[in-house]
Amino acid sequence: MIVTQPEPAISATALQAALSTRSRPAVTTGWGASTAFAWRAMLKIRHVPMQLFDVTAFPIMFVLLYTYLFGGALAGSPSAYLQELLPGILVMTVSWITMYTGQALNTDISRGVFDRFRSLPIWRPAVLVGMLLADGVRYTMAAVVILVVGLALGFRPDGGPVGVVLAVALLLVFAFGISWAWSLIGLRMPTPEAVLHVAMTVLFPLTFASNVFVDPATMPGWVQAFVKVNPVSHLATAARGLMHGTGVGSEIGWVLLWSAGFVVVFAPLTMRAYNEER
Amino acid sequence: MSTRHSMSPNGSLAIETEALVKTFGDTRAVDGIDLEVQPGSVYAVLGPNGAGKTTLIRVLATLLRPDAGTARVFGHDVVHDAPAVRRAVSLTGQFASVDEELTGRENLVLLARLLGFTREEAKERAAELLEAFGLTDAADRLVQQYSGGMRRRLDIAASIVVTPQLLFLDEPTTGLDPRSRNQVWEIVRAFVAGGTTVLLTTQYLEEADELADRIAIVDHGRVIAEGTSAELKARVGAGTVRVRLADPAQRAAAEQVLASALGVAPESRPDGAVLTVPAVDPARVPIALAELHGAGIDVGEFRTGSPSLDEVFLALTGHPAEVATKETTG
Repeated sequence: MIVTQPEPAISATALQAALSTRSRPAVTTGWGASTAFAWRAMLKIRHVPMQLFDVTAFPIMFVLLYTYLFGGALAGSPSAYLQELLPGILVMTVSWITMYTGQALNTDISRGVFDRFRSLPIWRPAVLVGMLLADGVRYTMAAVVILVVGLALGFRPDGGPVGVVLAVALLLVFAFGISWAWSLIGLRMPTPEAVLHVAMTVLFPLTFASNVFVDPATMPGWVQAFVKVNPVSHLATAARGLMHGTGVGSEIGWVLLWSAGFVVVFAPLTMRAYNEER
Repeated sequence: MSTRHSMSPNGSLAIETEALVKTFGDTRAVDGIDLEVQPGSVYAVLGPNGAGKTTLIRVLATLLRPDAGTARVFGHDVVHDAPAVRRAVSLTGQFASVDEELTGRENLVLLARLLGFTREEAKERAAELLEAFGLTDAADRLVQQYSGGMRRRLDIAASIVVTPQLLFLDEPTTGLDPRSRNQVWEIVRAFVAGGTTVLLTTQYLEEADELADRIAIVDHGRVIAEGTSAELKARVGAGTVRVRLADPAQRAAAEQVLASALGVAPESRPDGAVLTVPAVDPARVPIALAELHGAGIDVGEFRTGSPSLDEVFLALTGHPAEVATKETTG
C-alpha cells in the first residue's frame, strides 16, 4: 500500500530552523551505537512478529519430538529421558537458531541504508555487535520457551532457578561467540540460502556428534574423540550440571574458552569482510 | 585555477580531488577526476547513467577506496583520515538510504541516537525534522508504505539529523514527479542558504542549472567540461530550437533556412515534421523565425528550450551520451 495524501507545503524557514537548532552532540560511544543497532533489530521484530517463529515454534517442536520419539527407547520413559535431554535440547536449539544471524545479516547488508551506516562517524563493529545483542534477546526467548515446555512435560531441575539462569547465561555467551562465525559467512556468501547451507553443514555434525542425545560410550572411538572436544558437548554437560546442581568441573571453563576463541578468530575476519567494498 | 587559493575559514576546500581513479575490473568508473568545490556552494556533477557519478560520491563518502589519486574533504584525506571525513559529511544515496522496515520516526530517532543524542533529544530532533519535512502525518508508518517523494524527503531529513558540513545527494530527484522534485529543490536551496556545502549528481541539465554554482560534466569517468552554468551554456549554446512544420514536404527547404539563419545544422533525423537545432545562439532565434516566414514555410510550432543533457554532450564531445547498460558501476 502506498500512502497517498496531499503533499504538505515545506517552508524554507522551517527547513533552515531544522538545520541550525542544535549543536553537534559528542560522538557516541561504541556501546551506545551498538545498543542503538540492537534497538533497530528489536523494532523490526515488533513490526513483523512472525520473525519470532524460529525461536518459538522450532523449540516447542524439538522438545516434543525428541522427548516422545526417543525417550522410551533410550531412557525407559519420556519423563526419565527429559531430565537428561532438556538441557541438551536447549543447547542444540539455540545453537541452531544462531545461524539465522548470518542469514539476516546477508539480507540486511545489501540494503541502501547500510551505505548510510557505513558513512557515519561511529565505532565500526557497532552494527554487528548490535545485531548480535538483539539476537541474544531472541535466544533468551527460545530458551524460555523450551524451559516452559520442559517444565510442563515434567522436567525438574534440581539446581533450582539459579542453576537454570546460569545455564542459560552460559548458553548465551556461547551463542554470542559462535554467531561471529555466522556473521562472517553472512558477509561472505552471495545469498541468504547459501548462508544457511554452510551453517547447516557445520551445525549438523556439531550438534549431533555430541553428548546432547545419548551417552557417547557406545560410539566408535574416533567419534568419541570428536564428541569429547566438541564445544557443544562441553556446553551440554555444563548446562546439565548447572541445572541439576551436580558438579560441572572444568566444563564452564571450556565453554568460555571456546566462546572467546570464536570471537578472537571470527570477529576480526567479520570486521574485515564488513569493511570491504561492496 | 584562481579558486585554488581562495580558502574557507578553516583553510581548506570542501572537496579537492586530484587525478582520482577508481576501477572495477576492467572498467575505469572514475578515470582521473580533478575537482575543487568551494565551501558553502552547490556543486553539480552532471552525466548520464554509468558516467561514474555514484562511484565518485562513494569514494568521497569513504565507502570506496580510490585506486589512485587523492581526495580530501575539508582537508581530510578520505583514505587516511576517513573518521574525520565521516564526521563532516552526510550521504543521501541514489537508492533509499533509509530503513524501509522501520517507520519514518524510528529511522530518524535511530540516526540521532547513533550520532550521540540522548533518548529524549533524539525524539525531539526526529519530531522537528518530521515537521520541517512535512512528514508528521506519516511519521509512524513504515517507510515501505511511503511514496517516492516522501521517501526522498525522509532520506534527506536523515542526512541532516546533525547538520553536515558537506551533504552528498546522489541523483536526488531521479524518479520523482515534478512536484516532489520541486520540493527537493526547495530543500537544497534552504540548505545552501544555511551554509551547508552540497555536492549533487544529476542527469538533468535543468537541475544542475537551477541549483548549482558550478557544474562538472562527466562522461566515462572523466570531467569533460567544468564551470558555471553560464560558462557551460556559452560553450554549448543557450538552447535548442524545435520547429514543427505544417507541411513535412517543406522539410528540406526548412533545414536550409535554419542552417543559414542559426549557423548550426539541424540534427539529421528521419524525415518528419519536426526539426531540432541544438546549440543555438539566442540572438539569432528571431532571425530564423523571420526567415522561415520569408521563405514561405508554414510553421506549426516554434519552440526554444534548454539543451538536454544529450545535446550538451553532442556539443561538447560530438557524440550523444552513451547510456550504460548498468548503473552498478556508475
